[in-house]
Order: sequence, then C-alpha cells, then structure tokens
Amino acid sequence: MASKTVAAKDIITLHGSAAIVSEFFCYAANSILYNRAVYPEESFVKVKKYGLPMLLIEDESVKSFMSNLTSQISEWLEAGKLQRVVLVIMSKATGEVLERWNFRIETDNEVVDKGVSREKSDKEIMREIQAIMRQVASSVTYLPCLDETCVFDVLAYTDTDVAVPFTWIESDPKLIANPQMVKLHGFDTKIHKVDTLVSYKNDEWDEEE
Amino acid sequence: MDSGINTSSHFKPQARCPLQRNFLPKKTSKENPERFIPNRSAMDFDYAHFQLTEGRNVKDEATKVSSSPSREAYRKQLAETMNLNRTRILAFRNKPQTPVQLLPREHSVYSLYQQPKSVKPRRYIPQNCERALDAPDIVDDFYLNLLDWGSANVVAIALGRSVYLWDASSGSVSELVTVDEDMGPVTSINWAQDGLNLAVGLDNSEVQLWDSVASRKVRTLKDGHQSRVGSLAWNSHILTTGGMDGKIIDNDVRVRSHVVKTYRGHTLEVCGLKWSESGQHLASGGNENVVNVWDCSTGRSLHRFQEHTSAVKALAWCPFQSGLLATGGGGEDRTIKFWNTRTGACLNSVDTGSQVCSLIWSNKERELLSSHGFTQNQLTLWKYPSMVKMAELNGHTSRVLYMSQSPDGCTVASAAGDETLRLWNVFGIPEDAKKAAPKAVPQPFSNVNRIR
Repeated sequence: MASKTVAAKDIITLHGSAAIVSEFFCYAANSILYNRAVYPEESFVKVKKYGLPMLLIEDESVKSFMSNLTSQISEWLEAGKLQRVVLVIMSKATGEVLERWNFRIETDNEVVDKGVSREKSDKEIMREIQAIMRQVASSVTYLPCLDETCVFDVLAYTDTDVAVPFTWIESDPKLIANPQMVKLHGFDTKIHKVDTLVSYKNDEWDEEE
Repeated sequence: MDSGINTSSHFKPQARCPLQRNFLPKKTSKENPERFIPNRSAMDFDYAHFQLTEGRNVKDEATKVSSSPSREAYRKQLAETMNLNRTRILAFRNKPQTPVQLLPREHSVYSLYQQPKSVKPRRYIPQNCERALDAPDIVDDFYLNLLDWGSANVVAIALGRSVYLWDASSGSVSELVTVDEDMGPVTSINWAQDGLNLAVGLDNSEVQLWDSVASRKVRTLKDGHQSRVGSLAWNSHILTTGGMDGKIIDNDVRVRSHVVKTYRGHTLEVCGLKWSESGQHLASGGNENVVNVWDCSTGRSLHRFQEHTSAVKALAWCPFQSGLLATGGGGEDRTIKFWNTRTGACLNSVDTGSQVCSLIWSNKERELLSSHGFTQNQLTLWKYPSMVKMAELNGHTSRVLYMSQSPDGCTVASAAGDETLRLWNVFGIPEDAKKAAPKAVPQPFSNVNRIR
C-alpha cells in the first residue's frame, strides 16, 4: 500500500485565489449552459482545462458578458465582498425561474485584511474542481428536461458596502417556488471556499399527491 | 404496544395510513407495506412541523400562489431584512443575447461594453450660478410647486397670481396669465410632455390648461378637488393632480368628464407627485410623511413608505435604473432615501443635515442633485451610489423650494423665497452658451445677469 506522500504545497495569494475562483465560475457557467442546452451544441468549442475537455461558448455577446462578469467577480473576491454567485436559468417565454445554480463563497477574512497567503497544492484544487465539473455534466440525469427555450442570468450576492459599478443593477433574488435541491461537491483554495448547490423546479410528475 | 408509537403528538407524520388502526397482526420488521411505523428517534420533528405548518412559501418570494395578508407581510419583512442586512443582489446590466437568433447581435450589449470603464476626468462644476433673474412675489410655501422647465426650452414660473414664461433660447419673457383674486395665488404649474401646454393649479382647487403658444386658456378642470392643488404630473394625456385634501386624481384632459381615477392614500396635503419614466408607476409624497407608489393600471398602492419623519415633497425616479426612486424629507427628517419599488426595499438612507426640498437625477452621469433650506440654502450634488458630495452650490438666501431641469440636461433652474430664479450649469456645459439680450421691458426678469 503506497503511503500517500504529502504533495508539495504551493503558495496561494488572494489574487491567485480570486483568479482561480472566477475562472472556475466561467468554466462552470459555460458547462452548465452546454449541459442544460440553453445554447445549441454547435455554439460551443472544446478546450482543455482542469484535465477535462471543457466547452466554451463562441457567441460574442455571451463571451463578453462572461468576461465582464469574471473580471468583476475577481475584483469583488479580492475585496472579500462577494458572498455568492447564482446562475439562473429562466424560461424565455414566461420568465419563470427553472433552475438556480448557487455557488456560495466563504472568504477567509484574515487574508483579505492582512494580505497573508496560504498553502495548498494546486493539483488538489484542480482535482476538487474536476470533481465538480464532472458532477455538473452528470447532473443531466436527474435534472428535469428543459423543453422550452431558456435564457440565463447571473446574480451576485455582495456585501452592502460594495461599490456598484455602472454596469450592474440591483435585482431581486429570482427564487424558485418549492425547489428540489441537490448539493454538489465544493472546492477550497484555503482562501476562498466555494460550495455548489443546484435547485430546480419540481418536475410535475414527481410530485406526490 | 406498537414500536415507536407512544402518545398522539400534535402532528401527524406524512403517512399513508393513519396510525390508529391496529387490526393487522403486529410486525416488527421495517418492511411493512400496510402500515407506516415511524421511528421517532430518526425523525426531525422540528423540520417536519415546520414543513407541515409553515409549509411552502416561507423561503420563496417569487411564488405565483396567492397568499394571505399575513404571509404577504412576512414576505415583505423577510425581503426587507434580507436586503437591508448583509447582502445586495446584483445582476449584470447587459444581458447576453438570447439563444435563438445567432445572427444579429443586440446593439446595446455591444455598445455599452465598449464604454471605457476608466475614470473620466472630473468635470468642472461652476460654483456660482450662471444667471440670476428676478422673481418678485414668488410664494414662499414649501408645499407648492411653482417652477417647471418644459421640453420646448421654456421656463414657467408662478409669481403670486401670475404665470410668466421665460424662453431660455431667446431670453424673452412673457406673461401668460394673471388669475383673479378669488382664484387665489397659483399653487402649481407643470408643462405637458409636448412642452406647449401648461397646467396651472390654483388655490381655489381648479386647474387651468393653457396653450402657451397661442396664449389661450384651453380648459378649466373643476370639481375635482376640494382645496388647493399643490402638485401636478403629466402622463401623456392624463394630468394627475394632488390636492390639499389628500386626494390624487387622474384627469383625462380630452374628455368632458375628466376625472378618470382617484387615488386615496394621503390624509394631508399631497406636495410631491411624479410619474415614472415608463408611465406605469406614480410616486406621491404627502404632508403626513408618507410616500405612496401607485400602479397606474390597477390604481392601487404598491408600496407605502412611512420611514420619513417629515413631509416628503422631493421625489425623483432614477433614469438609469428602473424602479429606483429617491425621496427627500422635510425639516424634521432631512434625509434622502432610496427605494427599490419592485421589492419595496429601502436601499439607502443619507442624512443631509438640511431639509430636502427637491431632487433631480442627472441624465448624463450617475449623480443626484438635491436642494435644501436652513441654514445654507444650498444645492448639493451627490455621486450615486456612493453618496459622496461632489459639489455644494451656494447663492440662495432662503430655502430653495423649487427646482427644474433643462431639456438638454445640462442646466438646473432653482427658485426660492429670496425672489430669485437662478440657473446652474451643474450637469454639464451647454453646447452653445446662450446669452440672451436683456429686455428693456419693465417685467420681472428685466434684471438679467445681476445677482440680487
């Protein structure tokens, strides 16, 4: 039985952690859009990331939306002001919220205040993220079919004292009535801890009488 | 007797069969399809109780299920606390293209993305007014609205029983009307959206509609209110009037029987009245310190904000964030509060130190201008949403009760009981600086360019 050697730990700074988390979010969002067929398959292109074939959308408007998002999320993460990010999938026709992918973020405030850095193996973080990505891909087995055309939106839950840039507006939480919730794996960079949860609208057939 | 079942508790677990019947032979195995035998030690009673009694929609606000008034109140409370306490929920403004059309991109998404996010060089805000005009006999009453700048670039101001028009492009002055003594002083004026028709509210509760081009009275709206009409707001062909009787009336000016709707929500004088940009919501502020937000189609009050501790005359809908309303309180209150009229949450409250008489949002930047009274009688320019003071404009020697914005969005006109009408280039410098030639006619605005 090979004993587990302690993997060499890498130094993680606040900046680096914020970059990891926002990049994770970008890839996760793309993956969700692909798996839930919010956008047609043809609009995605394959790239290699986290040791898996990840899909990124090609559409310019979505790409610019994502890049704006990730840069803003990264900024908020570095300030320690971001509490969670939610990707909401709504029906295009009725505007009803069908799915909510909830990424809850816990920030180690000591790092934000004092600027210390932490140690964790990059590989391990990669492995944790990989696990989440696999779960997202396999979620299609239990999530109800999205038959209609859907649109998505991203909400950021921040602290009240955050400076809101020009391009962001206040929003309502877009909650789902009677959701079913499934908790997925999370990952931890030792500075930011991200938990993933997907809540979806109850499929009519599953409802008990 | 039966394993696990002791007393009848005040709840029933969600079982297929009730627990009472005992006719079946006892089985201790867990797999009993006929009867549900609960295992109390494995149950989470609190959760179960919660599920059964509070049930479905405590957590969720967006349900379409109709709920009882107490649930509504609870939901509101929850929304308020959730919004106030720790979190702000933000969404990115430019939503991405919807999936179906892969072809033409939405222009707005792309163009806004290209706007530089870097800080623009701070513009120079002139500390003195650009011009000060005489406004003799102007009534110094907090609850009136005597100044409006129309879209045809004409400023209408009520001085005593007369209404004067000042054309900002040419600088010419004309008297529109002087009402009779029994009609009392003019208590409010408001330009229609076309900038040509002017509504004049009077002390005797009537409202006159004037064609400013032909200088002719078009109509008089009577029998609407019982006392003076202190506030007016236009919504295309509907003129909404607010009176000292606390009533707000929608008048369709095209039809004979003009009273279309009455909003009852104030007990004292309605001094602030503003339609939202979309024309869907009406904000009203009263002397009893209440702000109501009304829905145009149903005529019912969507929200009732009672947080102000003084009369609310200053109301302003935000042009760049729909649903955002700014309100300002009078002498005892002195705060500016921001409301999300979709959820009814108070987003922010800022103590300004002085009574807030009027509020104007900038069309060009994320800024808010407020006018104040004792002691400085200043106009304050705030950066939104940080609410940092960008400038304080002094000049008036009495409380700045009336303020209105030019159609080009650069200039603000303010009038006060010190009998001056001042123009401030606070939002920008107008492209062509118009210096109107002084008129030799003996009229109120004859002292041009002289600060009284």
